[in-house]
Amino acid sequence: MPAEAPLLQVDRLRVAFPSPRGEVAAVNDVSLQMGREKVGIVGESGSGKSITARAILRLLPPYADISAQAISFKGENLLDLSEKEMRRIRGRQISMVMQDPKYSLNPVRKVGEQIGEAYSLHRQASKRQAREQTLEMLAAVRIRNPEQVYNLYPHEVSGGMGQRIMIAMMLIPEPSLLIADEPTSALDVTVRLQVLAILDDLVSQRGMGLIFISHDLELVASFCDRVVIMYGGRVMEALAAGDLHSSQHPYTRGLINCLPKVQGKRGRLPTLERDAAWLTADFQGGARQ
Amino acid sequence: MSAPMLMIEALGIVFGHGAARNRALQEVSFSVPQGGSFGLVGESGSGKSTVLNCIAGLLDRWTGTIKVADQVLQGRRKLSFSRQVQMVFQDPYASLHPRHTVDRTLREPLAIHRLGDASRRVVQVLREVGLGPQFRFRYPHQLSGGQRQRVAIARALILEPSLLLLDEPTSALDVSIQAEVLNLLQDIRTQRHLTYLLVSHDLAVVSHMCDQLAVMCQGVIVETISREQLQSGEISHPYTGQLLLAGKGYDRAAIDAFQDFLPTSQQ
Amino acid sequence: MDRPTGIITRTRDWLLSDTPASATQAAAGRAYLGLRLFGRNRLAVLGLAIIVALVALALFAPQIAPYDPIATDLTNRLQAPSTSHLLGTDEVGRDIFSRIVWGSRLTLYIIGLVAIIAAPVGILVGTVAGYFGGFIDIVLMRLTDIFLAFPKLILALAFVAALGPGIENAIIAIAITSWPPYARIARGETITFRNADFIRAIRLQGAGPIRIITGHIMPLCLSSLIVRVTLDMAGIILTAAGLGFLGLGAQPPMPEWGAMTSTGRAYILDHWWLITMPGTAIFVVSLAFNLLGDGLREVLDPRSDS
Ligand SMILES: Nc1ncnc2c1ncn2[C@@H]1O[C@H](COP(=O)(O)OP(=O)(O)O)[C@@H](O)[C@H]1O
Ligand SMILES: Nc1ncnc2c1ncn2[C@@H]1O[C@H](COP(=O)(O)OP(=O)(O)O)[C@@H](O)[C@H]1O
Ligand SMILES: [Mg+2]
Ligand SMILES: [Mg+2]
Repeated sequence: MPAEAPLLQVDRLRVAFPSPRGEVAAVNDVSLQMGREKVGIVGESGSGKSITARAILRLLPPYADISAQAISFKGENLLDLSEKEMRRIRGRQISMVMQDPKYSLNPVRKVGEQIGEAYSLHRQASKRQAREQTLEMLAAVRIRNPEQVYNLYPHEVSGGMGQRIMIAMMLIPEPSLLIADEPTSALDVTVRLQVLAILDDLVSQRGMGLIFISHDLELVASFCDRVVIMYGGRVMEALAAGDLHSSQHPYTRGLINCLPKVQGKRGRLPTLERDAAWLTADFQGGARQ
Repeated sequence: MSAPMLMIEALGIVFGHGAARNRALQEVSFSVPQGGSFGLVGESGSGKSTVLNCIAGLLDRWTGTIKVADQVLQGRRKLSFSRQVQMVFQDPYASLHPRHTVDRTLREPLAIHRLGDASRRVVQVLREVGLGPQFRFRYPHQLSGGQRQRVAIARALILEPSLLLLDEPTSALDVSIQAEVLNLLQDIRTQRHLTYLLVSHDLAVVSHMCDQLAVMCQGVIVETISREQLQSGEISHPYTGQLLLAGKGYDRAAIDAFQDFLPTSQQ
Repeated sequence: MDRPTGIITRTRDWLLSDTPASATQAAAGRAYLGLRLFGRNRLAVLGLAIIVALVALALFAPQIAPYDPIATDLTNRLQAPSTSHLLGTDEVGRDIFSRIVWGSRLTLYIIGLVAIIAAPVGILVGTVAGYFGGFIDIVLMRLTDIFLAFPKLILALAFVAALGPGIENAIIAIAITSWPPYARIARGETITFRNADFIRAIRLQGAGPIRIITGHIMPLCLSSLIVRVTLDMAGIILTAAGLGFLGLGAQPPMPEWGAMTSTGRAYILDHWWLITMPGTAIFVVSLAFNLLGDGLREVLDPRSDS
């Protein structure tokens, strides 16, 4: 890695929520470092993936207790920024795509207008310019008939199309880092891969960093450069995607083995035997970095 | 071979009128032998759930023939039908009544069918789906997704049906939980000699669970093959091939070759 | 965890248990969490306290009221508030405090009966229309619209004019004009649940419409309805007071708050307490129901359910 600061560095992040039975840590001791690459965060639901992503963007509800040694983005500690400065980061530098595009779009306005508005907001562009740019963006996420899609309302677009629109919208400020929280979980297999191909192109063409959150280990292994595996709010291991299948960590192995395969045998699938020892800070299950 | 448990011939249904007219199913035919397990695979919107809803009597105005255990289904289902066919729904967060405890959810079908000994049956069916008695008085919000799906399976089993309709029973679950639920479903099938009709968008799940499968695309079955044929790659329709390829993970070159299939592109 | 708090801790743990051992414990735990949420809303607790006080006032009226609310005492008419007559006396010498205390019974009687008549009618019409849809829905909803189209007070006036003045007729009139909004709410909620998987599941298990509507759909409509009825209580009290004020509700010498303000009107300049005291009572109780309704909304709103 060159001498410049890493794109994103998270150091010992901890997030806790109050509950009727006392404070519960949803994320504990999570560290992460990445450059302009595709990093996957994988884990079962409730393992703290979304909370980690939201903590980076400081998008958690006010009652959440966030602490970290540092969350530095391009060498700047996000924890020290004011809310106003943070809005600048969220708008221009780091974007986030959520699982369900329907909740992120205004249901009573045309999708094209919404993208155009996001564009004018960032570039102070004229209406016509915004429209042209929007159509270009829609084409960039490989929507074949941008003119037509421009005039649709959110409920009129399919899941795959909606997700492409969200990605187009998030890319307008040309962020250096895109966080995609299960962007493809609700999509069909083929559409899912097509959306990933778009993200892939954007990373390689624009030199963007991508955090791709998913619970599909095989997909992440085939798509990302590196994988961070989470369980119970902690990082189990972080490794290169290519090394995933040789991982020794029992959790990672469990996640890989429990998948049914077309070529697999008929009998019982191996299941995951969870172990409380994984949650101790010094557990050395596998090739930990 | 004995008489099929389920036989469907030329099933069709149309939703909407005029411009919104949508032929959601066309000429769907297949049959599932007694004790067999049959899979329906296809992308969302291909009509898989609609097939199950027609069988279950949750939709009417369909055309064609549906026979369950040699009985032709017509009009409103009789009460005894519930003891023959049950269904497990896709979304465990939407399929349990939010204000009813597990106990109430499981007791209700017993009350409807005037089956006695409710308490014992509830505890027993809970044990069968791998939930201890401590889960009996919980509300759905106190259960994880996997536990909810187990309760939904228990609810389907408590009337001791012979045909189980499974509508993507694991697609809302984590892979680790999916494995447990699939194992459970397999165990139950062998113990109770059930017949399964399983719907999924995941070829791997269907191939793991079923002897036979039909691939659906936009309301039409494009091909029906056995598990062995799928594994050895004896597939005749390119759409099946594309699904198979898509299940193998991210491969840039393959994705660029994907096409949109229309059911008419058969052969 | 020391001795004296032992039993409290244990009760708490029992209530918050993730593994309730009976249906009662499960329901109690749910209620406890709801109460805690409610308890955090200070104003709602204040509203509840006022309503509890009102109920206590009504229950123990004979013990609390120092005088007979009806017996006139012309030698003592129009006395200003003093130690012997806390809130003064009215134009025929009746103790206003005693009348307000006894009047709380009438107020509770009115809102209780209206709620008991209007809420069930509304929920029944709404859930049936929403569940069956089609023709039944159209007929029931047009009927609802007709009732909804009339201004509430005017319709109540017309009814009372037709049936004759009196508290029972006032209650019937208010109930008849109150149910349509409840039917609307219930229908709206029903439509969102009608095709839910848990309703499809119970249909597939052979349940008929009566069981589905009463056992599965109504409980889900209940929370928004309770909130709405509570918020409407203030309006009901005001309508009843309005009818009383116009002489169409409770008839003299009944100590109904609205009727009291009505007679007090004639003395407003020289003897302010005649109208102010019952007016304040109406205001405080209406406000209390509004505060309570807002608090209940937070607790019962299905959207705040996790
Ligand atoms: N607003 C919240 N309040 C309390 N607990 C929360 C909240 N949001 C999430 N959690 C808890 O944090 C944990 C991690 O959640 P999340 O990061 O969303 O998991 P996932 O890996 O599925 O994205 C979960 O156990 C969840 O219950
Ligand atoms: N009750 C309904 N009314 C109108 N259209 C419906 C209804 N149910 C399903 N459809 C339509 O039928 C098609 C097939 O849907 P569905 O069976 O749910 O697909 P799948 O389960 O394969 O995802 C879709 O185009 C859907 O919009
Ligand atoms: Mg998440
Ligand atoms: Mg479906």
